Amino acid sequence: MHELALCQGLLAEVARVATAHRAAAVTRILVAVGPLSGVEAALLDRAFSVARAGTLANEATLEIEAAPIRVHCANCGAESEATVNDLRCAACGDWRVRLLGGDELLLKRVELAVTADDERNAEPAAGAGNGGVAAMSIR
Amino acid sequence: MCDSCGCATTSHHHQVAAAGGAVRPGAVERTSIDLVTRLLRENDHVAAHNRQHFDRYGVLAVNLMSSPGSGKTSLLETTIEALGDKLRIAVIEGDLETENDARRIRAKGVPAVQIMTGQTCHLDAAMVHDALHAFDLASLDLLFIENVGNLVCPASFDLGQHANVTLLSVTEGDDKPAKYPVMFRAADLVLLSKSDLLAVLDDFDPAAAESHLRALANAAPVMSVSARRRETLAPWLAWLQTQLATRRGEPAVRSRAPVRHAGV
Repeated sequence: MHELALCQGLLAEVARVATAHRAAAVTRILVAVGPLSGVEAALLDRAFSVARAGTLANEATLEIEAAPIRVHCANCGAESEATVNDLRCAACGDWRVRLLGGDELLLKRVELAVTADDERNAEPAAGAGNGGVAAMSIR
Repeated sequence: MCDSCGCATTSHHHQVAAAGGAVRPGAVERTSIDLVTRLLRENDHVAAHNRQHFDRYGVLAVNLMSSPGSGKTSLLETTIEALGDKLRIAVIEGDLETENDARRIRAKGVPAVQIMTGQTCHLDAAMVHDALHAFDLASLDLLFIENVGNLVCPASFDLGQHANVTLLSVTEGDDKPAKYPVMFRAADLVLLSKSDLLAVLDDFDPAAAESHLRALANAAPVMSVSARRRETLAPWLAWLQTQLATRRGEPAVRSRAPVRHAGV
């Protein structure tokens, strides 16, 4: 399924953050996945445990935040919660609603382990400058 | 980092493991970075690039999605027969294996590139970008991208298309929009294909299919078509020509990702 492809995108973004902050390792990643994003949280989690191997996020935990589906009704102006295959307004039943949330597929937080080293500038931290997914892991 | 893509809202950095206030050389600090980045940012970037190519040459790009076997290639064959002498058409075919579909399209006298995805269940923007090198966009009006037959994964990947057309064949259930909401929410047009079979099928109700689509807050038109009954294609052919005219009249109109994004 496409969760593995998404994980590769996720890890590329995480590597950019880690490299920019000269991190030795990534410890925790928080993503928000809405029910209408087309991504299954359990599959994303499983794919992550495979995709993280050999990256700076090798030891990282992935937390997946579920986002509720919320809609704004163009007819009556009410805001309500909706389900994945029935987005109609809970107040008046009109289908002409605008989605306020529930299709998110976002990287929200990255927690890094950064080695505080006065000589950092002379010897850039591992992973910096290789541009892509960092190929080493710190244990 | 956050400035480079312009997508961050906040960036908080705090040390949680710095000993005694002063940071000791060699000590490991924990840093937390808050950001808002689409997981598909890289794909979105390539898709926007594809869209720029299409817009530069005034090409309308249509992404066709459906279950396997719902008649995408047959629809394209009949569409090419009907519009081939009015519009310059090309097709990108996506399948896990075989060149069969591209051969069928080429037999109609239209250039076609087959992308064989192997085990990948969808096309992505980079695959389409590579395939575009095979075409001279300046000599095209209309590019169809026939996605991998799959009602799940293709909906998540923007290819740079201007419109998503989702086929639902009447041999499938009329509740498919309720079962695959992400796909049908992304549709700009829904075609009920193989509609000539409606006469012998009593369990597919086009009105029910449409009401499931509306429950997804999708106002997309729904048209019944049959590749075997050329006359049923008239609304679809008119829709294509209107889309092309609109696009050429308004080169800077909205660019659409496959899914309507709420927040970001």
